[in-house]
Amino acid sequence: MSASPPLVATVSSAHSAARRFLSLVLIHGVLIAGALFMLAPFIWMLVTSIKPPAEIFSAEIALWPKQFYGVENYRFAMEKAPLLRFALNGVILCAGILVVQLLVAIPCAYALAKLDFPGRNLLFVLVLLGLCIPVQVPAMPLYIGLAQLGLLNTYFAMMVPFFLSVFAIFLFRQFFRSFPDDIINAARLDGMSEFEIVWRIVTPSAWPAIAAFAVFSIVAHWNDLYWPLIVISDAKLAPPPLGMMFFADAETGSNYGALTAAATILTAPLVLAFLIARRRFIDGITMTGVK
Amino acid sequence: MTLALDTPMQLVSSRRRRLWIERVTGLGFAAPALLLLVLTILAPLAVLVVLSLTNYEFGGVDLDFVGLANFQKALADPIIRRSLLNTLIYVAIMVPGGVFGALLIAILIHRRTRTRSLYEVIYFLPVTSTLIAMATVWQFLLHPSLGPVNGLLKWLGFAPIAFLSEPSTALATLAVIGIWQILGFNMILFLAGLTAIPRDLYEAADIDGCSGGIDRFLTITWPLLGPTTMFVVITTMITAFKIFDTVAVMTRGGPVGSTEVLLYNIYLEGFQYFHTGYAAALTFIFLAFILVFSAAQTFALDKKVHY
Amino acid sequence: MATVTLSSIAKSFGPTRVLGGVDLDIADGEFLTLVGPSGCGKSTLIRIIAGLEHQDGGAVTIGGQPVDHLRPHERRVAMVFQSYALYPHMSVRQNIALPLTMSRLKLWQRLPLLRALSGQRRAVMRGIEADVAAAAAQLQLDHLLDRKPAQLSGGQRQRVALGRAMVRHPDVFLMDEPLSNLDAKLRVHMRTELAELHKRLGATFIYVTHDQVEAMTMSDRVAMMDSGTILQLGTPSQLYEKPGSLKVAQFIGSPAINLLPASVGAGGRLELFGRPMSLTVQQPQGQAMTLGVRSEALSLVQGEPAGAGRAWFSARLRRKENLGSEYILHFDLAGRDLPGVTMRTSPAQAASVAEAAEVTLGFDEAACHLFAADGERIEPRGPGVASASIVPLRA
Repeated sequence: MSASPPLVATVSSAHSAARRFLSLVLIHGVLIAGALFMLAPFIWMLVTSIKPPAEIFSAEIALWPKQFYGVENYRFAMEKAPLLRFALNGVILCAGILVVQLLVAIPCAYALAKLDFPGRNLLFVLVLLGLCIPVQVPAMPLYIGLAQLGLLNTYFAMMVPFFLSVFAIFLFRQFFRSFPDDIINAARLDGMSEFEIVWRIVTPSAWPAIAAFAVFSIVAHWNDLYWPLIVISDAKLAPPPLGMMFFADAETGSNYGALTAAATILTAPLVLAFLIARRRFIDGITMTGVK
Repeated sequence: MTLALDTPMQLVSSRRRRLWIERVTGLGFAAPALLLLVLTILAPLAVLVVLSLTNYEFGGVDLDFVGLANFQKALADPIIRRSLLNTLIYVAIMVPGGVFGALLIAILIHRRTRTRSLYEVIYFLPVTSTLIAMATVWQFLLHPSLGPVNGLLKWLGFAPIAFLSEPSTALATLAVIGIWQILGFNMILFLAGLTAIPRDLYEAADIDGCSGGIDRFLTITWPLLGPTTMFVVITTMITAFKIFDTVAVMTRGGPVGSTEVLLYNIYLEGFQYFHTGYAAALTFIFLAFILVFSAAQTFALDKKVHY
Repeated sequence: MATVTLSSIAKSFGPTRVLGGVDLDIADGEFLTLVGPSGCGKSTLIRIIAGLEHQDGGAVTIGGQPVDHLRPHERRVAMVFQSYALYPHMSVRQNIALPLTMSRLKLWQRLPLLRALSGQRRAVMRGIEADVAAAAAQLQLDHLLDRKPAQLSGGQRQRVALGRAMVRHPDVFLMDEPLSNLDAKLRVHMRTELAELHKRLGATFIYVTHDQVEAMTMSDRVAMMDSGTILQLGTPSQLYEKPGSLKVAQFIGSPAINLLPASVGAGGRLELFGRPMSLTVQQPQGQAMTLGVRSEALSLVQGEPAGAGRAWFSARLRRKENLGSEYILHFDLAGRDLPGVTMRTSPAQAASVAEAAEVTLGFDEAACHLFAADGERIEPRGPGVASASIVPLRA
């Protein structure tokens, strides 16, 4: 080992400190650039929604409005289209779907995980296959069926294809499998019916998975366009994406102030929910990946 | 309660009774799911098979069996071929951007302490946003004369680009918007994968001389992220292949069909022109691709090295 | 030359002071163990030597050269982690070869595509192969070279970790609780292997453990740590026979040392349970002191307690533990609210004590260890005790 006098030591430690600073600048530089890319539409949306048409259509691009026109834009948007109604439809849709999904998937997942019954393996294979089939595939026959039954343009029609979530069954089955058999056997010995065991003992333990799935389901169905587009033509029933599409159509895309105001109103609920329940959202996504 | 000693026969029959109860309960619990499975997936699939072999038009009265004519027509149809090509080009642009962009961001965020939460929130925001609403905003952002993107280009001295009305740029622009939307989602998945790598592996590597960023990435990070990367790639491919929303709202398949994608064509054929039989055949082509991707995912995940 | 010198090493994590001014001189080729309870700072100290943590104050020199500014791999140390930290996606061969590929190949020669362009690479890889084979042979890993860590047993993984450390021919081996994850039997076997490896290699070993048996059986010297400082540094015998503080006495030795309360009577004479002993100390009257007696120093007293230089007290048998060749008897101190004492004895002696019997236990006053109220060792004066010897607390 060569001798290293103190002077060299301080120089090289200053070197590495400089190098560390440089790499930090670079890292945050990239991250901030990416963050701007992510945030740009949101910022532009908010800013435009409070600008008057004169400024929107002027040749010069400015970030901040000179004249505050927000009230007019938002009022116009709310009058022209039942935006709150769209949001309400979104809530009804997501809640209805989620409730049925849980009611159907939890007992089924429990049965697959803990009970032995004829056809169990076949059912599980079908569940796995179902995971590979996106909703757009059975869309047409379902549409025809609903049309024959006169059920188009109903909340029910919007929810039907999603009542069964094979993903939920798969996810909960994983969870239930690791639930200790001893506790279940003890409950049985105590005289609990299987039904009670599912809902009062096993389900509470899977709460993180259920919450994560709930997040996943709500985000997916709040933002779904394809199926509502097919079965709904009545604007009174439209969920946010479809509502936005109706609204943009009616406006023939020129009143950007009102359009962005509408976009803000329709995007806000989920974004706010996300900001409040960040951990739940992120844990939910992680869980789907860890599967 | 008296302690009754069961005779062997009673023991056997009580055990059999228990098994019978278990079977009934199991079937009972699974019944609603099974019913829905049949009604919303299996029966429709069967109907779809039948439909694809006919020339049925919704609302019409005639129904003739035409065998595989729909499939032959689809594969020869230049519109469908262009549509498939567009979809695959879209996938080819969106997947690398959405996966490796997310990987880069995840690696950069992973070791931040105070700013990590903030960046996570910012990058995940687009995932929660309603794409249709944001689509309108993107249209305005990319507007040739009113949008800030072109404003910036003009300021830098370039000519404005009509992103969504130029056939050569429209599809790529949609792909960039797709990347914008999915980056945060993939980033979270990669962060989970990165967190799973034990810290003392990096320390051991440090002592072994593997301390530079590139070395650490190639020797430890990339190999151990393998399963996660595979999962993210396949999921992104499937999501990309299902593109519909931005096309339906922003470009309607234009300009001159440069953004017509498979699902959009299926929608048009099935629910606008009501060529039901033809649309059914197209749906099967769509399904075939999805199944190939899903199979690749299962295969790759199974093959992953069990460390 | 692989001496290691630590001067005034201090380290805090936030508000918590983990190391407070540690000084240590480790000789070339020595096997030194850092031992102590969880949280005493021993792992932090070894990580500072390795360069994985940076100290807040003080300096580390290896082989006479200051290393504080050097990256871990520049310090010529190797480390075996508690979890072994083997690269799970690489074979045993690749695991052991990694330090060599990192040091002998340049960056571009390691990159996936570019490396095909290197003419030297093949020759260097051959050299690496030979070195890996040599290390593997020494550790009997030859037949396992192509397996992945997941396919190995705990003991085999440990040997791979050792191989990866050895192959670099480092000046200093650092080991952070390497035997903790092994089962008891394997641990005993590996203790011997490690001790023999040390002799064979002649390198400096710095070993961290919370197990005092490992410290006693393997080391040339032991540094007992607590709350960020070294309580005592010495050979295993020194720590056992002359513990410098109460904490050291309690930590070293199994079963733990028996502690009895003593007080200072008139003229500095020690009193045990009110009975004067023949030992005197230079402490004020009424001062409380602690008397330590090893379990093998106690014996059963038959009849009258014998005279000079012997102390005794009464106790009641609570339990006998049969170890085969000897017994460990657990006693309660009759009528006092104090923790009990243990005594080692032969099976014959143990048999002579009846269940819950009241007995008298005696010990040589010369064999006891005396500690002041602050825990520091005090040397008493009296017949049978060698004149006050100054016990070196730091080597």
